[in-house]
Amino acid sequence: MKKVFPDAMAALAGITDNLTLMVGGFGLCGIPENCISALVQMGVKGLTCISNNAGVDNFGLGLLLRNRQIKKMISSYVGENAEFERQLLAGELEVDLIPQGTLAERCRAGGAGIPAFYVPAGYGTEVAGGKEVREFDGKMYLLEHALTADFALVKAWKGDTHGNLIYRHTANNFNHAMAMAGKITIAEVEHLVPAGELNPNEIHTPGIFVQRIFQSVNLEKRIEFVTTRQA
Amino acid sequence: MALDKNGIAKRIAQELRDGFYVNLGIGIPTLVANYIPEGMEVVLQSENGLLGIGPFPLAGEEDPDLINAGKQTITYTKGAAFFDSSTSFAMIRGGHIDLTVLGAFEVSDQGDIASWKIPGKMVKGMGGAMDLVASAKNIIVAMTHTDPKGNSKLLPQCSLPLTGVGCVKKIVTDLAVLEVTPEGFLLLERAPGVSVEEIVQKTAGKLIVPDEAPEMKI
Repeated sequence: MKKVFPDAMAALAGITDNLTLMVGGFGLCGIPENCISALVQMGVKGLTCISNNAGVDNFGLGLLLRNRQIKKMISSYVGENAEFERQLLAGELEVDLIPQGTLAERCRAGGAGIPAFYVPAGYGTEVAGGKEVREFDGKMYLLEHALTADFALVKAWKGDTHGNLIYRHTANNFNHAMAMAGKITIAEVEHLVPAGELNPNEIHTPGIFVQRIFQSVNLEKRIEFVTTRQA
Repeated sequence: MALDKNGIAKRIAQELRDGFYVNLGIGIPTLVANYIPEGMEVVLQSENGLLGIGPFPLAGEEDPDLINAGKQTITYTKGAAFFDSSTSFAMIRGGHIDLTVLGAFEVSDQGDIASWKIPGKMVKGMGGAMDLVASAKNIIVAMTHTDPKGNSKLLPQCSLPLTGVGCVKKIVTDLAVLEVTPEGFLLLERAPGVSVEEIVQKTAGKLIVPDEAPEMKI
C-alpha cells in the first residue's frame, strides 16, 4: 500500500486542465489549503469546482478564481467573494447553484453508487427547472443525479498511512461525502500517523475512499467571521 | 407598539419545548437562542455539522475548526455531536428537526416563502434554506410585517423567486403572530398596543380576523 506522498505538488500529479474537482470545506473551515496552493502553482485551467462555497477574495478557492483557473462553480452559497461576483456578472464564470443538502447528498450518492434519488428541496422553485417530478405519499419530490469528480481534494485533522481519516469539530462538513465521490481522492491531514495509531472506532472516513494522503504544512486556518462574547 | 427584533425573538422562544432540536436561520432567528426559558433543554443544530451550538467564544478562544452556518466562530455545549454535511441534511430532510426558524422577504397566504434571491441583485445562493423549508415539520418565519417602504410582506402570492411552496406554518412579525391555514393567514395574536386595523391594513394576503385576537404576552 503506497498512499503517502511527500507534499501537495507530488500528491496532485495528474491534475490537468478542464477536469472536475471536488473541494471540501464550508466557508474557510476545513478547506484543503495546501492542495489549493499547489493548484495555483501548477496553473491548471478550465476547472469545474464542486464546492459548497467559493472562498474569499484572497484565500481558499478565491485564489483560483483570481487566477482565472475556474471555468465553472457548482456550489450552494457564494456570497463572500467580490472577484467571483465580477466574473459572474461579466459572463466569465459559469455557476450552478444547488440547495446545500442536495449538494451533499449528490456527492454522497456519487460515492455510494446511487445514480439518482428524489428530494423535496427546490420543488416549486426555479431549481426544479427540467427535473423529473414525482409524488410519494402526497408530497412532491425532484429527481437529483449523483455527482462524481476526477479528483476530490479533502482536508482532515488526523490520517494514517492507509488513508483513514478523522475530522475535528465542524471541519468535517463536505469533506467526508466528497472523499467518497472522488475517482481519485487526495487527503491532506494535520497529523499523518502510521497505520495502527488511530483508534479504528473513531475513523470518520475509511481509507478505502482515499487514494493519496500527505501531511499539510504551514496551515493558515483563517477564520471568516471572528465573533466573540463579552467575558 | 411594534416589536423590535428582540421582541420577535422572545415571542418565538415561547414556541420552544423541552427536548426540541431546533435550526435557527441567520438574523432575527439567531436571537431566539438568547431567550430559551430557564430550565428548558433545547439543542440547536448548525447545518454545517453540529448539534449543540453554544455561545460565541471569549476573545482569544476562537477555534477555526468550530463555526456556525453563518461562518461565525462559536462554541459547543455539553452533549454536542459533530457530523458531516450529508448526515446533517439527513436530519433535516428526514424530519428529525422539531422546529425551524428562518427569515423571509415575503410569505404568501398559501405558505409559500421567498427568502433567497432578489432579481437584479447579486445571486449568492440558497445555502440550506430550500432543504430546510421543504422538509421541516414546523417552520416559523421571523420577519417584519412590511418592507422599509411600507409594503406588506404578507402577500396573496410571492413576487420574488420562491424558496419553497406551501411550507410555512406560522409567522411572527413585529405586529402579529399569524398561522397559515388553508383559508389564509389566521391572526392569532397582536403585538402589545397594535390594533387589528393596523394589521389588516398592512397585510396584503388574505387575513382571517377571529372574534378574539389577544395581545402577545412578552
